[in-house]
Amino acid sequence: MATAPTTAEAAGFPWGPRALIRRVRSGDELARLTTLVFALVVVLLAVMLVEQLWTNSAEARHRFGLAFLWSSTWDPVFNQFGALPFVYGTLVTSALGLLIAVPLGLGAAIFLAELAPRSLSDNLTFLIDLLAAVPSVIYGLLGVFILVPLMRTEIQPALKRALGFTVLFQGPLYGIGSLTAGLVLAVMIVPFIISVSREVLLAVPGDQREAALALGATRWEATWKAVVPYARTGIMGSIFLALARALGETMAVTMVIGNNPRISASLFAPGYSIAAVLANEFSEATGNLYLSALIELGLVLFLLTFVLNGLARLLILLTTSRGSVVQT
Amino acid sequence: MTQTSAKPAYNMTESAESSAMGAMETVLKPPMPSGSQTVLEAPLRMQVRNLDFYYGKLHALHSVNLQITANRVTALIGPSGCGKSTLIRTFNRMHETVRGTRLEGEILLDGEDVFAQDVTRLRRRIGMVFQRPNPFPKSIFENVAYGLRINGLPAARRGHLSDAVEHSLRRAALWDEVNDQLHKSAYALSGGQQQRLCIARALAVDPEVLLLDEPCSALDPVNTAKIEELLFHLKQNCTLVIVTHNMQQAARVSDATAFLLNGELIEFRPTPQLFTTPSDPRTEAYITGRFG
Repeated sequence: MATAPTTAEAAGFPWGPRALIRRVRSGDELARLTTLVFALVVVLLAVMLVEQLWTNSAEARHRFGLAFLWSSTWDPVFNQFGALPFVYGTLVTSALGLLIAVPLGLGAAIFLAELAPRSLSDNLTFLIDLLAAVPSVIYGLLGVFILVPLMRTEIQPALKRALGFTVLFQGPLYGIGSLTAGLVLAVMIVPFIISVSREVLLAVPGDQREAALALGATRWEATWKAVVPYARTGIMGSIFLALARALGETMAVTMVIGNNPRISASLFAPGYSIAAVLANEFSEATGNLYLSALIELGLVLFLLTFVLNGLARLLILLTTSRGSVVQT
Repeated sequence: MTQTSAKPAYNMTESAESSAMGAMETVLKPPMPSGSQTVLEAPLRMQVRNLDFYYGKLHALHSVNLQITANRVTALIGPSGCGKSTLIRTFNRMHETVRGTRLEGEILLDGEDVFAQDVTRLRRRIGMVFQRPNPFPKSIFENVAYGLRINGLPAARRGHLSDAVEHSLRRAALWDEVNDQLHKSAYALSGGQQQRLCIARALAVDPEVLLLDEPCSALDPVNTAKIEELLFHLKQNCTLVIVTHNMQQAARVSDATAFLLNGELIEFRPTPQLFTTPSDPRTEAYITGRFG
């Protein structure tokens, strides 16, 4: 480019300062630069966030090193800090939430997009979108006042009777605990899955459904073996959006998880999540190491989200590499 | 419009007699009683009797009578909105996927009422290819195997899925182009190849009738020619019905042609006759390019 500015100018290319000013004035360049700045601001925010988490967690990082990640002691009195119970709690509650919410959400989305009359579908979707906008503390209150007693008196005893032989459903029944937190998370993320999956399913070209029907597929076969596979990438996107929300959910989880930094195989046992411990202990953290350890937990949560999203993208890439819509 | 719906559909045999043509006369059957018309001398595969079709209050087809001859290509032509696509979609009951439609009259496949049959079985017997190529986002192999998988393989072919796929691809004249890339995405194929893949997919379940709804409208002339040649071979073991807005195409590929206008079957005759000596002035106006 820089080798032949004179010939370029001679040939009439928009080159040189005057042409640049003209282009800036013409709007295109202005729009490009402005939007570029906006986009860069987002990147800058993320970088600054990591930088702050990194520098402010320096003391804890130097003190515990990588052992912070797999140490399960959390004892502010003796300045012993390990992230494992919180990472475990975060992953377990999020996984439980997804396990419950994905079949529920996908089923509801299929009903709304494929089977329900359009007016019913639109009205229900409006309500579901409202659910997604309910503040999480409300879900937390519902959890505390309705779900926790119900869990203690009905659901947990029933589960214990039926599945008590497994390690997952043993121990005393408090009502609060990982299972309850997972349930509340499921209720919170299901609107996201329904809403996004429904949009994706509605966007599937009608000729895909027709192609399957014309081959002798039943309505359900056309839905399950043509429409849903076509929308697969988008549906997975909705699930990962829900996962991101579950990982970072603070208020509702804090209210029902039990806030006990212990790793227990039983889902009935109280646990703790990263977001919950930050919410609970940040304001009362005394001493630099304690604060620094909490900030390192924030860094761990950030990285966890980052890694899981990366894995999710990889999963989408791997599963769509053959015969995909993305590939052209 | 007003006088049309009461009148029975155009009587083919009568006009054929009055047209006093030599060559094609020989393939005409003697006059048939009461509304049924046979155009070509061969066993009948499908019969459409007094078919009326409504989209809500819109009366889209007016007592259409039509006979589809086995192992022949029947073309439906007419200007946009004349109801030719609507008509062909009633043959395999695809119109039922559209809400608010109503149908009166009879459609028979091998003498049996299609509306009395299980719709999934019916659609296995009457395949369909659509206007735009619509392969599934799967590999070429899986696209062709799709119908076999959902329907269960015919007993003789069980365990020989790949043979069945190869056979269908050969019938659709696509095998030589794709045999080394069966596991590539169907979307990697060109538009013309995708449409032939859709034909192979439809053929895999071995339908008796194949409906083609403007199969070449999204294709270039070279690929159109390939599909037209393909139809010529396919009719040996399959009955073909093609909707086309392209009169030259109808003239090239079909044995009998039906001309529709405003939801009414105006004229249905052997293709050479319809294009050389149309008996209805509206047909003549259309094929000479005065409208449409």
